[in-house]
Amino acid sequence: MKSKLRFDFLVDRRESTMTIRREYAAKRQLVWDCHTKSELLDQWFSPKPLTTKTKSMDFRDGGHWHYVMIDPSGPEYWGRMDYKKIRPIDNYTALDGFSDASGAVNPNLPRSEWNVTFSDQGTRTLVENVVSFQSAEALQKVMDMGMKEGMTSAMDRLDELLVVLVRR
Amino acid sequence: MANLDHSFHALADGTRRAVLAQLSNGPASVGDLARRHHMALPSFMKHIRVLEESGLIGSKKSGRVRTCTLVPERLVAVEQWFREQRTIWESRHQNLSILLTRLQGDQS
Repeated sequence: MKSKLRFDFLVDRRESTMTIRREYAAKRQLVWDCHTKSELLDQWFSPKPLTTKTKSMDFRDGGHWHYVMIDPSGPEYWGRMDYKKIRPIDNYTALDGFSDASGAVNPNLPRSEWNVTFSDQGTRTLVENVVSFQSAEALQKVMDMGMKEGMTSAMDRLDELLVVLVRR
Repeated sequence: MANLDHSFHALADGTRRAVLAQLSNGPASVGDLARRHHMALPSFMKHIRVLEESGLIGSKKSGRVRTCTLVPERLVAVEQWFREQRTIWESRHQNLSILLTRLQGDQS
């Protein structure tokens, strides 16, 4: 029998970082493609029930991914990921933040830095993403924004949904 | 209004987290709390001050006894945000797992 796929979610409050580790039952190249090709990102990046649409994608050092997460009840959340350093198929670093529909990054909201590492685990692939905020104040701003924009309630509904799904 | 920085600093210490856990069962005096941690009162008071500054607990003095109470709203807001983040990532991962299964099916 196959063992359970690993999932860790660690919070370092002092450093204002989240470390997310997840194992996938697939080869590293395919998992990498899912993280770096917009037509694949569109199919998984938004938490349910939101969906993702790519406005533009230029996956290279200094390039960016401009996307929108669409809530079926109406709200849209525009985001922009600016790629810093890419080392296929091992690692990439990027800055993720809120933008508008034209792709302009919201200067009032802090961005989080992503450091994403892919490694082989036998026939599986482990993805580790360290998401860091510059400071606790930066994280506070993002939290306040999420609450103001109603992201929180969408996620609450999601929480409830997951509880129902898990019971099944 | 205490900010998140204070909350994180308060939560970064094991003794302070233990105090919060104890207070979740109800209010307790500083003396009682200090005894359970086998700590001298002056050094324990430093932890209590950090927790008060963070807004995570409140305290009131009545006669010679200072009683501490958990202020749940603050803690709930911080923890809830991280829980939501966790939920977002769980959902993403679930989506990606399903996608990978489908893509691998296409190949074979």
